Amino acid sequence: MGLKSNLHNLKEKYKGTKMAPAFNAIHTFLYLPNETTHNGTHIKAADDLKRTMNIVIMALVPCLIFGIFNAGYQHYLALGEIEAANGFLGSSFWTMDNLIVGLWQVLPLVVVSYGVGLAVEFVFAVIKGHEVEEGYLVTGMLVPLIVPVDTPLWMLAVAVVFGVVIGKEVFGGTGMNILNPALTIRAFLFFAYPTWMSGDKVWVHGAKARDEAIAVAKEAGSSLEGLDAISGETILGSLAQNKGLLDHSVMDMFYGIIPGSVGETSTLLILLAGLFLIFTKIGSWRIMLSSAIGALVMGLIFNGVISSGLITESSKFYGLMSTEFWHHLLIGGFAFGTVFMATDPVTASQTNKGKWIYGFLVGFISIMIRVFNPAYPEGVMLAILLMNVFAPTIDHYVVQGNVKRRLKRLKVKTA
Amino acid sequence: MGLLSKKDAALIKDPLADNNPITIQVLGICSALAITAELEASIVMSISVLFVLGVGNVVISLMRNIIPSKIRIIVQLIVVATLVIIVDLVLKAFAYELSKTLSVFVGLIITNCIIMGRFEAFALGNGPWKSFLDGIGNSLGYAVILIIVGFFRELLGSGTLLGIPVLGDPIEKTGLYALGYENNGFMLLSPMALIVVGIIIWIQRTRNKDLVED
Repeated sequence: MGLKSNLHNLKEKYKGTKMAPAFNAIHTFLYLPNETTHNGTHIKAADDLKRTMNIVIMALVPCLIFGIFNAGYQHYLALGEIEAANGFLGSSFWTMDNLIVGLWQVLPLVVVSYGVGLAVEFVFAVIKGHEVEEGYLVTGMLVPLIVPVDTPLWMLAVAVVFGVVIGKEVFGGTGMNILNPALTIRAFLFFAYPTWMSGDKVWVHGAKARDEAIAVAKEAGSSLEGLDAISGETILGSLAQNKGLLDHSVMDMFYGIIPGSVGETSTLLILLAGLFLIFTKIGSWRIMLSSAIGALVMGLIFNGVISSGLITESSKFYGLMSTEFWHHLLIGGFAFGTVFMATDPVTASQTNKGKWIYGFLVGFISIMIRVFNPAYPEGVMLAILLMNVFAPTIDHYVVQGNVKRRLKRLKVKTA
Repeated sequence: MGLLSKKDAALIKDPLADNNPITIQVLGICSALAITAELEASIVMSISVLFVLGVGNVVISLMRNIIPSKIRIIVQLIVVATLVIIVDLVLKAFAYELSKTLSVFVGLIITNCIIMGRFEAFALGNGPWKSFLDGIGNSLGYAVILIIVGFFRELLGSGTLLGIPVLGDPIEKTGLYALGYENNGFMLLSPMALIVVGIIIWIQRTRNKDLVED
């Protein structure tokens, strides 16, 4: 008797009871449901919600693996124990030490995100008496990738409960949410615990602990030898303070060997994942392309303002405004947000024309918030959440416009 | 028989739960969002509204037969404005710091929908005693929600209650903070008040299905 029949027996045993959804969910997660439809015509397709989500998760796995290595790499680099990696296949990047530190930090984030999120989903399914919805599969993977590596686990757990309950379940569960749940979780963390979500101490594992160690040593009056402060500033944070690109080259930014949230640094891997999603027709190329265009347009406008001399170096916006317009695509979470979050089919616009408008505004507003609001260094989160709210409105006007145009055509014909 | 007849008691009891001005009638939301970051401010605001609404309802009820209906809103405004100015001056005189925290929101009691709503819906058509009870009942209903929201926002947002630290000292890292707990800054921002009020509405309607609108 294998696992499958055991699960099937459990499912049969609890059929019709309150706990049925929980057992059904475990069964159908691992195996294809064995129920068949009997009458009427049906469209048959292999890609149900679970398979769709699995493809997104497959696209996320390279980012996760890279993020694990990067967490370890940034940690050792900041400690000064290794040389900077040269290029994507740099020998000091893909090492066992980096992997171990990264796994030690990142794996708990993944476990907490999935554990807490799925627990909330199961509780709601049992209370509401419906099947467990698959919506959390992708969210659970996105969440650990968009938080700083040192995020305390209990904060993540609180944020996940908040995000899933207030962001999704109160609206009716998967498919009914207005806001992207993963970004709701990040926004909650960001506003609730700003000291853990921004600044120059949270992006590299150990920076905060080192600061505390220095404080303790100072208090005790002991020697500070070997206790240099670690600065793990992100490029965005540095630009916002007019400090330039630090020591990072453009190729570093593209490969992603820079400090940042766990899985969003590597533009290269995100680009590949984006192509994969477009190829499998899961992600919308319209949204991805138009966001990039929107960001570039906004970046160009800012570059134009700089070259026209309206803003001088003394301005606090100078650093980010003078950033070359295409660098904006490489730094911060822009690429990650555009590929994985703006394209969320539930919260994005549904119509093709709407997708163009929606995507363009996501890109445009991201860069605008990035430049004008240094208190919130990452604009893409707020831009996507804002456009999530407007997506149904955009769709409404696109559909109405279509109706009007066709009515006009009808009148011309009949006249 | 107690002090109040059954009908009179209902005037006090209903607004506390099944006809709550904030969670059911959805009035007076603005002040519930704005000043509930601290429990003390919530309590003072509740007392102010209790005074204004209790006295205002009686005054309007006494004048109800001589107010020409065409200008009744203006008359009501004058009554509220007078009472609010009294409250404002008393606060400034005896609780200056608090009055600064509440800032314009004391003045904005004038526009608190609960007050005009009760004048219009109740005091204009009922006697002074009933109007008084109605005013007290509604402001108590308002107070209950304000105090619940203020309690959670101050406890989770600042780790204090009425300004007294209850979860330990965040700087010295004592109590809960020694375990790594941190205050939730989001709780101090107004959107969280909206969410807390939403959760109260959610719980209330889950317990009493009659309140659910389609």
